[in-house]
Amino acid sequence: MVDASSNESGLIRRILAGETALFHELIRPYEKMVYVTIFAMLRNETEAEDGAQQVLINAFRHLKSFRGEAKFSTWLVTIAMNEGRRRLRKAKTAAEDSIETSLEEHEGDFTPAFLTDWREIPSEALERKELRGKLREAVEALPTIYREVFVLRDLEELNQEETAAALGITIGTVKVRLHRARMMLQKTLVPYLKQAAPARKGFFGRMFQ
Amino acid sequence: MKLECKHVWEHISEYLDKTLDVQLLVDIEKHLENCEVCSAILDSTRNILILTADDRTFELPVGYSERLHIKLEEAMKEDPNPDKEQGPPHFS
Repeated sequence: MVDASSNESGLIRRILAGETALFHELIRPYEKMVYVTIFAMLRNETEAEDGAQQVLINAFRHLKSFRGEAKFSTWLVTIAMNEGRRRLRKAKTAAEDSIETSLEEHEGDFTPAFLTDWREIPSEALERKELRGKLREAVEALPTIYREVFVLRDLEELNQEETAAALGITIGTVKVRLHRARMMLQKTLVPYLKQAAPARKGFFGRMFQ
Repeated sequence: MKLECKHVWEHISEYLDKTLDVQLLVDIEKHLENCEVCSAILDSTRNILILTADDRTFELPVGYSERLHIKLEEAMKEDPNPDKEQGPPHFS
């Protein structure tokens, strides 16, 4: 994420003073962040693109309400998350919602998947298109309450406080949901990584320790 | 304190976020030194987070940026003034 808050404050002042064309420049570093946030919530490219456009148009129209208490990126990603949630609610049946809500209350402990022989370098692994697809599917398959926390914390790198504020939940709930989301992903993806690991194990050793 | 593997798994997320209490951190690190299973689980979780957060995992549709800026331009022409300020905007 780009840390350019002082430059951004200057741009925002100028936009509000009438140099509206500068808004294009202001949001350029965050175009992808807005799209990914909505896509991860909606799991549909066309809807996500439409939602991202709407979010950034709304951001322009309500730029005055950004007061700089939060980072501009956090403000934008919060609007994006709300737009994702709004569209999801619209598309969803009440029955599906209640299934997901009950999950949190009844989910027990998770037993992670065990993997000993994955020695692939993460950046090389991502050259495999089918792995990228698998990662997206795993995130998309998370129940909504876990997915939204995971998206804000681990994809968009909001901190616990920002995530809690954006979602209207407590920091404790953020922690619990994030842990469960990560464990679900671990369990879903590890068997796949194990299968997909090329015959280079032992060569590179463990990475990212 | 000697920890069970199951206890370590409950704290993987906090371990990765570096938000564990000091004593629990010491106990978990001690456990990890001697437990190949938990070390592997920790490594794989960490790597999966690196992979999902990588820019290449979620890609933009072709032409997304161009279409976005055209839409913005149209919206700005339609209503060129973001809610006008009465005075200078406040930034903290």
